[in-house]
Amino acid sequence: MVTVTDLRPASAVDAAAWDIAATVCDPEIPVLTIEDLGILRDAHVAATGQVLVTITPTYSGCPAMDAIRDDVTAALTGAGYDDVAVRLVLAPAWTTDWMSDDGRAKLAEYGIAPPTGTAAAGPVRIGLSVKCPQCSSLNTREMTRFGSTSCKALYVCNDCREPFDYFKVH
Amino acid sequence: MSEANASATRITPGNALRPEDIALLDTKPADAVAQYALWLGDDALILAQRLGWWISRAPELEEDVALANIALDQIGHARSFLTYAGRAWDRTEDDLAYFRREPEFRSVHLVEQPNGDFARTIARQFVVALYQWELYSRLVHSSDPTLAAIAAKAVKEVDYHRDHSIQWVLRLGQGTEESRRRMVAGLSLTWPYVEELFADHPLVDELGDAGVRPSSLREPFDAAVQAVLAEAELEVPQVPGSVGGGRLGRHSEHLGYILAELQVLAREYPGASW
Repeated sequence: MVTVTDLRPASAVDAAAWDIAATVCDPEIPVLTIEDLGILRDAHVAATGQVLVTITPTYSGCPAMDAIRDDVTAALTGAGYDDVAVRLVLAPAWTTDWMSDDGRAKLAEYGIAPPTGTAAAGPVRIGLSVKCPQCSSLNTREMTRFGSTSCKALYVCNDCREPFDYFKVH
Repeated sequence: MSEANASATRITPGNALRPEDIALLDTKPADAVAQYALWLGDDALILAQRLGWWISRAPELEEDVALANIALDQIGHARSFLTYAGRAWDRTEDDLAYFRREPEFRSVHLVEQPNGDFARTIARQFVVALYQWELYSRLVHSSDPTLAAIAAKAVKEVDYHRDHSIQWVLRLGQGTEESRRRMVAGLSLTWPYVEELFADHPLVDELGDAGVRPSSLREPFDAAVQAVLAEAELEVPQVPGSVGGGRLGRHSEHLGYILAELQVLAREYPGASW
């Protein structure tokens, strides 16, 4: 499995740009940085001084990508990089497996159940229990597979009766 | 509260994807590949426009959200396909979506069919989702890396659309007498437009391994349809096929109205952003 830490560039110059890009948060899930989410793929400082940051969308139609691109550009410009380009790539496709453990913990704390299990390929989608982020009960049910954003489903807890968002395995 | 937490939704200029954003290859797509990307992009774009109509009108809030999510996914696929196609002709996704005339669109007739009642929309969605899933799950092996990458992203999303429509076909088919009557009617109205999805045009021969031969999808599509309809105790409608021609730019009377609504803002105020 590819993890986010593997992606942080080894060269100190690139890593410095990466660390700045990594401070940008997802506008729809403001507790997660794009590094936590696993949608920051690369940062590279060219000999000309241009910074090229590579990001990937969670879902094809994710409307947050434009905002993220602007925020990455603003963060790097604010840190003194004059020439910033942000590139969007589709391959390899993002899955929730790219989300860091730190990101999963922050999601739960924020009140969104983190994805359970892995998205690794297989013909059968196994429904693991989703833990209620309010009372930690495993006695929950799916209300609708489509939630407030493309990446979330809507669940409800059968014990504490609270509805909650679930970041679905994808 | 930090600035990052201040607002969950921020309004930013609607930046078009630049051609270099879908930049897996430095070379432009061959003309045939670009034409093929138009087929798939236009199908997704017109379907998204149709589905968007349901926002605030669906039978329940969850369904409103579901149809909006599906429409959004389709817009995402359309953006990728049209951006890629546009590289062949130095045009952006916006040029292609907003400034082409009706005969220049390459979408099939199925996606421009009216929404009708909820069951008719579900019938159309059932056909599209099953077809797109069969298509994209094969297009991931395309010899064209960009088409393969777009398909790999899309197939995971269409899997949800497929499940959504199947659940509704089962529920309406086995629900009340009224829901069943509407589901049967919806399928009958939709079925004349199924044939066109699987027609091989000369373009397919030019594509080679870059595309998927439409006729090769017919058998797995039929098997998947049969399995669901049997469980729902519904029958495959026995109705004659309609005259197609969408891939050649010949459309039904519906597309012009869809495009009027889709394109009016961009044509009235070129370059507008907010």
